[in-house]
Amino acid sequence: MKSMKLILMSLTLGSVFLFSGCGNGDGKGTGAIGSSGAAEKVYVAPGELDEYYQFFSGGFSGQVTVHGLPSGRLLKTIPVFATDGEKGYGFNEETKPMLMTTFGFVPWDDAHHPKLSQTNGEHDGNFLFINGNNTPRVARIDLTTFETTEIIQIPNTAGLHGSPYPTQNSEYLVAGTRFSVPIPQEDVSIDTYKENFKGTFTFISGGQEPGKMDIAFQILVPGYDYDLATSGKGPSHGWTFFTSYNVEQENTLKEKYASQYDKDYIAAVNWKKAEEYIAQGKFKEWPAEYYHNFYNDKTHTATATKKSGVKVLIPAECPGLVYYLPTPKSPHGVDVNPTGELIVGSGKLSADLTVHSFAKMLAAIEAESFDQEIDGIPVLNFEAIVAGTVASGGLGPLHTEFDGRGNAYTSFFISSEIVKWSTETFEVLDRIPSYYSIGHLSIPGGGSMKPWENGKYMISMNKITKDRYLPTGPELAHSAQLYDISGDKMELLLDFPTMGEPHYAQGILASKIIDRQVKFFPLEENEHTYKTLNEKDTRVERDGNEVHIYATMIRSHFAPDNIEGVKVGDKVYFHVTNLEQDWDVPHGLAIMGAQNAELLIMPGQTETLLWEPLTPGIFPFYCSDFCSALHQEMQGYVRVSPADSDVKLSWKLGDEGSGN
Amino acid sequence: MKYMPKIIFIIGAAALLGTFLAPIWRITLEAPQYPQGVTMYIWINKLDGAERGTLQNINILNHYVGMKMIEPESIPELKYFPKIIIGMAVMGVLFGFINNKKLWLTWGIALILLGMLGIYDFYLWEYDYGHNLAPDAPIKVPGMAYQPPLFGTKMLLNFNAISYPHYGSIFIGIAMIFSFLAFFLKKKQEAR
Ligand SMILES: [Cu+2]
Repeated sequence: MKSMKLILMSLTLGSVFLFSGCGNGDGKGTGAIGSSGAAEKVYVAPGELDEYYQFFSGGFSGQVTVHGLPSGRLLKTIPVFATDGEKGYGFNEETKPMLMTTFGFVPWDDAHHPKLSQTNGEHDGNFLFINGNNTPRVARIDLTTFETTEIIQIPNTAGLHGSPYPTQNSEYLVAGTRFSVPIPQEDVSIDTYKENFKGTFTFISGGQEPGKMDIAFQILVPGYDYDLATSGKGPSHGWTFFTSYNVEQENTLKEKYASQYDKDYIAAVNWKKAEEYIAQGKFKEWPAEYYHNFYNDKTHTATATKKSGVKVLIPAECPGLVYYLPTPKSPHGVDVNPTGELIVGSGKLSADLTVHSFAKMLAAIEAESFDQEIDGIPVLNFEAIVAGTVASGGLGPLHTEFDGRGNAYTSFFISSEIVKWSTETFEVLDRIPSYYSIGHLSIPGGGSMKPWENGKYMISMNKITKDRYLPTGPELAHSAQLYDISGDKMELLLDFPTMGEPHYAQGILASKIIDRQVKFFPLEENEHTYKTLNEKDTRVERDGNEVHIYATMIRSHFAPDNIEGVKVGDKVYFHVTNLEQDWDVPHGLAIMGAQNAELLIMPGQTETLLWEPLTPGIFPFYCSDFCSALHQEMQGYVRVSPADSDVKLSWKLGDEGSGN
Repeated sequence: MKYMPKIIFIIGAAALLGTFLAPIWRITLEAPQYPQGVTMYIWINKLDGAERGTLQNINILNHYVGMKMIEPESIPELKYFPKIIIGMAVMGVLFGFINNKKLWLTWGIALILLGMLGIYDFYLWEYDYGHNLAPDAPIKVPGMAYQPPLFGTKMLLNFNAISYPHYGSIFIGIAMIFSFLAFFLKKKQEAR
């Protein structure tokens, strides 16, 4: 067995080298300006709109980027788990609470899997969810504003990779722990892994209810590495599947020691059963602390709420809750086809794909075809549940999506290609290279029950770009490739660089999103504590060493724009309301020496920048968004006097103003 | 048949109340940055726009040339025009029942005169907004006034201003036409 692994390893490494060595040239010009009219297919004329929104995770950028398809044009970067100076996200007083955790303010994360909310197994265009891998969190992005509006921290979890994978009606978002750790956390020797380390699966409720995300329950499972997840649909609705590796339960040199067993497990969780056990009170109340952060679009302010306690289900005490499906070679992705019957496990060290049958799984459970039981979790007999194997001819399968026409598309990292196969015959139908080392792939709607337009496009996300673009020093862009999959043969249409490291992306027909766009925030609905709705109400107030500036902005001035009486040692709060009521007229606020960022305030919105001047003098501030013909004139001054000065607080705009 | 003129007159008079259902005038400003245009609606009793916030937006645009803020609260016409309309409608229905064609003719002519006065008043407001500009405005173009047209289109700097009556005016038209129609029908009836 060991020698088998070694051969495989050397093979995989060899092919990586092989590929980087001679892969150049392949696919250059294929498609993009080929005879098939690829250029025409991706050309979106000036002034025309794309057909799809495609949401890419930013990976280590911690953000989400929004592109249009088929053009690949970048439309927006949405800050999620990382601070963003451009938008003041995590810098202004309103959004700082979004990044609060029990570890304190955590201004960075590793964003992995953007997943659209679902209704009846179809993407409804309401929300986008994404997980933060490093400091376990799940975020909600509201698709009316394209802003992050909610983040919930996941307790008893370390490394949140297998998430958020919503259920058919977004009843739950799910989360599996990538790193097993002592649960609850304790100070033990790392070598006591097998004895003390555990894993959890978390079910998060409130997917369709803004502000209501909560930890519904957690399931305590053996201490493996839980990798990816997917929730069932149609017949398999009510079940969620999590892949695992390191069934070996090793805690060092995992690359080798965690690759020893021939099979690891896909955990099948019956969450409807879990709901029954919860209703029956068969859970344990465990101490756990976590934050729930919610941004309110009326107060334009986020609140961070610390919560404690979770309901935990133990499989040994809850028969029928979790089953293990043996799956070869450290499976990475697990994907369920649109009919809900096939569960595709991608053994990442394998050449083959293992496809389990949901119907066979139920029959095996019924017949109790169990090979063994681990901590009360029955391990189903492999032969009893497998529907077929795809002899792919590739190496290193990772992820599979579906076109809704009976075809599956699997990404192969090591052999750097996409293989198309039939979900009826399990035969390979076509294969096409990716440039290079593809991770995830995405068919708009391909993870749901209804791929859009019967699977017209497919996107690959690639880790290595080497010679694909103009070089930019040691760090090169990651890339996405767009394929036309409407015909029998896959066809490469377009190749574009992406932001950060997109792990996954999901696409939705633009028409599902366009009509719900918020263009500006009505001033009469502004409920911000420090709002100023009229220039007449602008003022400056002192409260001890806090100075509160109630300011407004329109094209092309701030009110007030001359402020005196601020002293060194003061905490100066600029509460600025953008009085515009027009689409696409944000204004910015930038202050010389501010140690945080700018404010970028949308029409009708109020935001607050804290500024702590360190030296006396005159400090200009200005609008940082070229808003109007007299944008350059949109500026003002603050006079900062020594701490012991007796300069009175005063402010003005033109002839208007006062002091006290 | 005998009651036809009376019915027509009463319907016409009552139709005046329709002016509360739709704007009577519409002014649209078009510019490259405003592909959908900025549209302000003038109702018998209020001002609003095609979108929430349109008035605020127009005021912000107008302040560059020193135009006064358009504040519906400070326009007295929006308070007494509705009273005139309701008064005319009530009086009209009353005249209808009195069934006197001379009263109808008088009512119809009064309505036309009031309409002309209203349009003249609208012109005066437009003139005032367009000419009465702050002397220290950021943008001053010598000889330039910003009075939107009463009826038609006109370039005001980068904006093409388009001004036409809107659906609410149809009700006033119906009232006028029906009053004269009723008058002539009745006159014809009595001649028989
Ligand atoms: Cu500005």
